Amino acid sequence: MTASPQEAVHGAAHQRAAETVAAPSRPEPDNEKRPSWLGWVVSDNPPGGALLNGLMLAILAALLFAPFLFPSSKAVNVASLICIFIILVASYDLMLGFTGIVSFAHTMFFGIGAYGVAITLAKGVSGWGGVLFGTLAGALVSLAIAAVIGLLSLRLRAIFFSMITLAVAAFAQIVAEQWRDLTGGEDGLTFTVPEMLTPGFRLVHDKVMGVAINGPVITYYITFATALVLFLLMLRIVNSPFGLVLRAVRENEFRVEAMGYRVVAYRTLVCMISAVMASLAGSLMALVLRYNGPDATLSFAQMLNILLMVVIGGMGTLYGAVVGAILVVLAQYYLKSAMGAVSDATSGIPLVSALLSPDRWLLWLGIIFILIVTFLPQGIVGRLRRKR
Amino acid sequence: MSETADTLLRLEGVFTNIGRYRILHGVDFSVRRGRVTALLGRNGAGKTTTLRTIMGLWKARLGKIVFDGEPITALETPHIARRGIAYVPETMGIFGKLTVRENMLLATGRAGFVPRELDRVLESFPALKLKWDAPAGSLSGGQKQMLAIGRAIIEPRRLLLIDEPTKGLSPAMVDQLVAALSRLKREHTTILLVEQNFRVAEAVGDDVAVMDEGRIIHTGDMAGLARNHGLQHRLLGLGVAEGV
Amino acid sequence: MNNGWHQRLQRWAPHALTPLVVIAALPAIGPGPWLTLTVAGLTMGIMLFMVAAGLTLIFGLMDVLNFAHAAFVAVGAYIAVSVLQPLAGWTSETSLALNIAALLLALVAAAVASGALGFVFERVIIRQVYGAPLRQILITIGALTVIEQLIIVIWGPQAIPLPKPAMLRGSVFIGSASIETYRLFALCVGLAIALAMHLFLTRTRLGLVVRAGVEDREMIQALGYHIRRVFIGVFMAGTALAGIGGMMWAQYQAVVSSQIGDSMTILVFIILIIGGLGSVGGCFIGAILVGLATNYVGFLAPKLALGTNILLMALILLWRPRGLFPLAEHH
Repeated sequence: MTASPQEAVHGAAHQRAAETVAAPSRPEPDNEKRPSWLGWVVSDNPPGGALLNGLMLAILAALLFAPFLFPSSKAVNVASLICIFIILVASYDLMLGFTGIVSFAHTMFFGIGAYGVAITLAKGVSGWGGVLFGTLAGALVSLAIAAVIGLLSLRLRAIFFSMITLAVAAFAQIVAEQWRDLTGGEDGLTFTVPEMLTPGFRLVHDKVMGVAINGPVITYYITFATALVLFLLMLRIVNSPFGLVLRAVRENEFRVEAMGYRVVAYRTLVCMISAVMASLAGSLMALVLRYNGPDATLSFAQMLNILLMVVIGGMGTLYGAVVGAILVVLAQYYLKSAMGAVSDATSGIPLVSALLSPDRWLLWLGIIFILIVTFLPQGIVGRLRRKR
Repeated sequence: MSETADTLLRLEGVFTNIGRYRILHGVDFSVRRGRVTALLGRNGAGKTTTLRTIMGLWKARLGKIVFDGEPITALETPHIARRGIAYVPETMGIFGKLTVRENMLLATGRAGFVPRELDRVLESFPALKLKWDAPAGSLSGGQKQMLAIGRAIIEPRRLLLIDEPTKGLSPAMVDQLVAALSRLKREHTTILLVEQNFRVAEAVGDDVAVMDEGRIIHTGDMAGLARNHGLQHRLLGLGVAEGV
Repeated sequence: MNNGWHQRLQRWAPHALTPLVVIAALPAIGPGPWLTLTVAGLTMGIMLFMVAAGLTLIFGLMDVLNFAHAAFVAVGAYIAVSVLQPLAGWTSETSLALNIAALLLALVAAAVASGALGFVFERVIIRQVYGAPLRQILITIGALTVIEQLIIVIWGPQAIPLPKPAMLRGSVFIGSASIETYRLFALCVGLAIALAMHLFLTRTRLGLVVRAGVEDREMIQALGYHIRRVFIGVFMAGTALAGIGGMMWAQYQAVVSSQIGDSMTILVFIILIIGGLGSVGGCFIGAILVGLATNYVGFLAPKLALGTNILLMALILLWRPRGLFPLAEHH
């Protein structure tokens, strides 16, 4: 993404791009009382403020004990999805919020990771070997494609870049839908997961605190642990010298280039990191759903989900991904059924019933999205951080 | 510079930012009617920003700009242009995909070309007649500059803002340009000229204002500055040998 | 300044691309199908041009990224359906005049509806986000979703069939080549509209102002033109064109669904990238290229058809990273 000579001469980009979309807020270091190891864990970038810190801790606790706090199998499923989306959205925030890259190809990497596992397991390479191979294959493919996409940004303007990612993602979706032999086409692939992850498996005979430790629960903890590690890793990346350069690139790439950094290298690296994380999230998704299809991972509706989560939570905060993922996933699962109930109840009034039909979920998603972009562009975490 | 009835343009305490960067820190000076005022200064002093602020392309954060007795600080660029101010930017602002004729046409009112005025311009800049139907982007640097100025004068204007017209031109072209500016000067056109080339500024300028780091550090008449090499060196960093 | 034939070749090469492709395809395909496919490609190209031209002008003049453009395509298509269904009497008659009258009526209705929606859209949504590219992308994507969903609420989720009028079904035979009659009609209408656009842009004062504004918005204002007042007009024209494109495409496909805009979006983006953002001429060439490529390759190697346009885009970007006809200045 090259700046035009005009921008260099007049710096007009500064005055024109007076975006009210929030710059990432970095909370001031507040308490020396905090033990140093904790600071190391969160890479000296805590959520910020008593309210946010408390909220994050509460979320962490809730997720840690989720299968015991919310024992139904649906709840465990939802919790798994939350963890997966946290990774997916936080890795997207790395690009969007911290580096200023608008990419629509994120769901493609999500899908690649999912298909990696799905295809491997469906084609007969079963068990943990298959899972690892599929995950690794997906990650490597994603890495390669992301490298190419990142290098593209050398020669292209930002808008071209975004449009191209859209075209590539659409292409990937078409390929997934058409290549039946490999991907199962529109119907997708179902496959068997390793025995330990199946619903019938029991880790211990008896129930622990009233909950059976079965396959989905184990899957959940694998997902949770991975999400936690990756999230902390992202915190570290963002607060490293590398991360600071990313933020500078978002503000004024021209200056950064003038200071001697190869902007292309940084952009490409962040695209690659982000893509690998999305791919890993996809691989987990496949394990959780025990299925993968174009709608589950590659669809534009999924991209909209990601955008909604990152905007609601707050761009450039990483913690926003947590908040956004939780809110949107919960809404999607529990609000949809509520919508269905109301829609049935109002079936006498045709327009209202149609508007509230759960199939029209996207309508409300879109409206909420527009409202948030207009009235709360910094997102929830961004707003809470500002208040301090 | 005292404020008199023959002050056409006056800037008072103008502060302008670009994004978060402060460029102008309280610019004060005036332009006298019928005179050529040269705005000088080192690179990055804020001369272009001053012109753009006058033209409304960038908004002054603080301060006042008064044109012929009327404040124009808050006006939009098209309104400012319609008050009779023409702007020839450093980059010339030529529409490369449009022909020379179309470029010139845009500078005229609804009625189109007034033959007498058009002839006047083409006399000063004969190259434009040659390239009349060619895309303006195919013109040489000097020819583009001629077009930019021709566009600014095809209809009578009360004030011309010209930004570094001689930049990157060959000496022959510079001479042609100075001749054109001198002709305008004889016709009592008011011009605010930003120039890095002191020789050109000296040849054409009546009054002078020198900027540094977003402020005016000297105003006076050009003859005085031209004689004083020491002052030239202090204000503009010009070596004693370069001054003449 | 133009040093020699090398420079001139560089300048004319993009213009030569389309004729080259057309000529190259002849030996590969054979004269019979070649004519059919070329007309098909030209027609598809013209319809894509309708949609893409508006978008490129809007971006070129106003620096607005309207990801919701596809919504206007859909609106045009659905309004056309709503107009044509009660006019089934006219379209089932074997009178060419009545058929064409019905189609033209639908076309005008589609243009008016999309233009009107464009007016509202510019006021309510676009106004807020001038100069803020990120918010533009986000908000227009949201708007796209909302409008498409509202279309489903109003017209229902099923695809609606849109049979061609009686006299425009079937094909015309030229030698061994068969050319669908509707395609000829669409081609004529499309070319007429494209010609009108060309005349407006090159022969009128307002068109001149628009062309200048696309190149350098600041300078046109510095010349005294209130370009912002022109914005709303250009935006409406752009959305109206999208509506026309939608109507023609729907009639061509003989079916309308809410995703009609989406299927075009990728191709439209590819066209914009190929042609250069802001260049209507580039858009025209890009659209024809994409239309031809899709049809030629679709015939020669159907499996490759999907990837062709992406490949075309990639190749052209490697050759000219800013598109075939980029604007030199502040973009």
